[in-house]
Amino acid sequence: MNSIFSGTRLRDMIRSIRACKTAAEERGVVRKECADIRASINENDPHDRHRNLAKLMFIHMLGYPTHFGQMECLKLIASPGFPEKRIGYLGLMLLLDERQEVLMLVTNSLKQDLNHTNQYVVGLALCALGNICSAEMARDLAPEVERLIQFRDPNIRKKAALCSTRIVRKVPDLAENFINAASSLLKEKHHGVLITGVQLCYELCTINDEALEYFRKKCTEGLIKTLRDITNSAYQPEYDVAGITDPFLHIRLLKLLRVLGHGDADASDLMTDILAQVATKTESNKNAGNAVLYECVETIMAIEDTSSLRVLAINILGRFLSNRDNNIRYVALNMLMKAIAFDDQAVQRHRVTILECVKDPDASIRKRALELVSLLVNENNVKQLTKELIDYLEISDEDFKEDLSAKICSIVEKFSPEKIWYIDQMLKVLSEAGKFVKDDVWHALIVVISNASELHGYTVRALYKAVLTYSEQETLVRVAIWCIGEYGDLLVNNVGMLGIEDPITVTESDAVDVVEDAITRHNSDMTTKAMALVALLKLSSRFPSISERIKDIIVKQKGSLLLEMQQRAIEFNSIVDRHKNIRSSLVERMPVLDEATFNVRRAGSLPASVSTMAKPSVSIPNGVAAAPLVDLLDLGSDDIMAAPSSSGADFLQDLLGVDLGSSSAQSGATPGPKAGADLLMDILSIGTPSPAQNNTSSIDLLSTAGINNNPSNALDTLSSPAPPHIATTASAGGMFDLLDGLSPSPSKEATNGPAYPPIVAYESSTLKIEFTFSKPSGNPQETNVQATFINLSPNTFTDFIFQAAVPKFLQLHLDPASSNTLPASGNITQNLRVTNSQHGKKSLVMRMRIGYKLNGKDVLEEGQINNFPRGL
Amino acid sequence: GTDDHSSDLFWESRINMIHFVLLVSRQGKVRLTKWYSPYTQKERSKVIRELSGVILNRGPKLCNFIEWRGYKVVYKRYASLYFCMCIDEADNELEVLEIIHHYVEILDRYFGSVCELDLIFNFHKAYYILDELLIAGELQESSKKTVARIISAQDQLVEAAKEEASSISNIIAQATK
Repeated sequence: MNSIFSGTRLRDMIRSIRACKTAAEERGVVRKECADIRASINENDPHDRHRNLAKLMFIHMLGYPTHFGQMECLKLIASPGFPEKRIGYLGLMLLLDERQEVLMLVTNSLKQDLNHTNQYVVGLALCALGNICSAEMARDLAPEVERLIQFRDPNIRKKAALCSTRIVRKVPDLAENFINAASSLLKEKHHGVLITGVQLCYELCTINDEALEYFRKKCTEGLIKTLRDITNSAYQPEYDVAGITDPFLHIRLLKLLRVLGHGDADASDLMTDILAQVATKTESNKNAGNAVLYECVETIMAIEDTSSLRVLAINILGRFLSNRDNNIRYVALNMLMKAIAFDDQAVQRHRVTILECVKDPDASIRKRALELVSLLVNENNVKQLTKELIDYLEISDEDFKEDLSAKICSIVEKFSPEKIWYIDQMLKVLSEAGKFVKDDVWHALIVVISNASELHGYTVRALYKAVLTYSEQETLVRVAIWCIGEYGDLLVNNVGMLGIEDPITVTESDAVDVVEDAITRHNSDMTTKAMALVALLKLSSRFPSISERIKDIIVKQKGSLLLEMQQRAIEFNSIVDRHKNIRSSLVERMPVLDEATFNVRRAGSLPASVSTMAKPSVSIPNGVAAAPLVDLLDLGSDDIMAAPSSSGADFLQDLLGVDLGSSSAQSGATPGPKAGADLLMDILSIGTPSPAQNNTSSIDLLSTAGINNNPSNALDTLSSPAPPHIATTASAGGMFDLLDGLSPSPSKEATNGPAYPPIVAYESSTLKIEFTFSKPSGNPQETNVQATFINLSPNTFTDFIFQAAVPKFLQLHLDPASSNTLPASGNITQNLRVTNSQHGKKSLVMRMRIGYKLNGKDVLEEGQINNFPRGL
Repeated sequence: GTDDHSSDLFWESRINMIHFVLLVSRQGKVRLTKWYSPYTQKERSKVIRELSGVILNRGPKLCNFIEWRGYKVVYKRYASLYFCMCIDEADNELEVLEIIHHYVEILDRYFGSVCELDLIFNFHKAYYILDELLIAGELQESSKKTVARIISAQDQLVEAAKEEASSISNIIAQATK
């Protein structure tokens, strides 16, 4: 009893831990206690177990490891006395979870205790089992628990009912064993038993269709009567909560009725009256009553159409919404989201109130309200709602701006009635919350601007004005800089003035000021600075009168500590200085960006091209799906496709020539050997040619006519020997080589006709398609493609058919396939002939569809092939 | 929901249950934790750390619900203690507030105007009472009186065992004098 080694009492331990002033001190005390407990455990004195475990539980709550006490729980549970068992089970539930192997060792003790003569011991075992049993234990002990549902004492019946709930959650197969026992509980008068019985029935209904049918047939009317009795019952102090008799029982009954009524018109009909009564008669001035009303609304909305009830439900939610209690408003917003599904109009009526909730000081309410508002937006109210939200964006908390601006952008993008409105709204969002706007959003804006040629002047002027005021909004600055670079000439000349615009006077020098500002501001990030540099290069050609000033700004960046900036500055300076003859063509306006393909890429729902940087860009494992902006932009596709990610954002980054927000660049570390060359290439819309195809790709990329046809074009001079060592042009020498070496002599490969590498055109888990290419001499527009279809599955494909479609500039001829049966792991071939009327300007692109039968079932696979080698 | 099972019987197919109960003091000390869904010890500490950070920093007049990792945490402050219960998104938050209050009232009745110190030194009692209130994350009893009666019956069993033990040890002590 009072052995010499008994250590401190629990109370004393808690006191000494509480007396600790520092965490270190506490750790010290706990360490000493744990050492004592371990020693005591090793002595194996049963009298100390109780106290040791109590101490360990306290220590456990403080967050210290206590695994060494787990076996003590088992020993205590196995002792004969109630006090030992009580603390043992408590420790078991606290120190262990169902995934620990040790738990299995307790199954036998549990079984014995479930059959114990003392009902409180049975209660302990049921409680432990109900709280932490694993599926295995559930199976082993289910018969005991099922029997206990009929036990004489209600305390055991209710515990057995909830324990069964856990058992059927763990092992749904056992559900049917419990149906009869559960239904017997619904006749009980004891509230505890009734509550747990209803809960068990609810659980069974959600797991087992048979149970659902059974309870619907046998118990619906009884449950309705029980609910009616409890609703109409006289004051019962034992169960009264704020004037309602047992709201907990109310709620569980309503929940079970919900499952029974859902999908069954007859059952729904039966419960109409009582639901109407609960909805109208329940006191709503206290939380308990509102909890019941809330559950009642849920049930009304889930059961089969009873429109009069639904009006009641929506009215309750309307009342909730104008309640001053934040909790009630919160649940109202939640419920209204569900109510939209069946009565959009009714919810729309509360729009003003809901909008007010977006401005609530409570983050939980704001978030719910914002979700709800975005569901309420339609073509008719988008302008008004957007205006409200944007107005609020100006004054909202900083930490809400990210969510809010994201939601506004998605609403604007989805419901925009016209481009100018879209651009206006996006400009407002970027002005207010530009630093929170995600890359894909401002990228999308640029794509839209690019497509709205009649608005180029308007947009660049609006951006110019905005950026003067909101120069700290990074993404606004980026979009502005991009537009000034592209459309700077429209800015200074007020070209394309719309009626709604006031003319503004912007000199060329003013426009350059904005860009210079962005490049020199210390907190501009790398992407912005790089974009500014590109814009300057473009402006040097657009604004010849101040090109000297622009050159000066560029030259200053030669001293930038950021390698990328330094390199760009040197390269651009060289262009400005030494290549005036080609400069204007080099920096021509970007071709219109393709919205559709951008959106496809942005959606990112399609499998990404999975090649890594390490792989050569020519062998793209699966070019399908990453739809090509490429041919439309005449950009270097290779490095884009080979990039580790194919999201729209990355893509546009490349397209904008700003692929340098990478950590390596920002941290000032030396970028990978590839980056430098790529960037220059991107900026010039050149792309990184891979050695095997460099000459052709540079041609395409420069948006000029074909390789050999038009040698007089200044740009074609770039076509020739883009040197194979281009990837290592990080050294200054290499860079100059690149630009200086633009001799007009056509390369060897160009005359001989380059060899085209084979590609994997498509690959799924079952099918792989490879293309090999050859060019018939004499007609550069024509390409012969041999397609090889490889069956990767262990089954034979029959009725195999390959179909393909191409854009208008291509013509396609398909020869018959070598077979229409594709044996397991075998292959068949098919020849295709493609004629490219835009040869040298556009690349091949193809959509395809493959159909076949697999084990008698039709299989359809589709994809887009956009990884054709350039120059075909 | 670790207990996910799909069911298209009704529109919210997730299990409705209390996943865990947490009592945290204003100083961020844990006073009680009860887990009805499986969380490893590591996850448990992470949950506690994360949630107490959010809850202790919330202003006084805000609603009692936090959306957290796809779940909802309903919390209410009583004196220096925050009572928190984590439920599924589709659950009835208002009812959980009532369950919390129900528990607090039973504690209050048991300890006689309960305070944090009671729950520190008699933490095991707080657990025993909770076990009479919830099993498997579901409510077991709506009558405070019934809970009090069952708890006191068990306390008496413990007392009786103690007395018996001490009388036996007295006899032994007498006999071996």
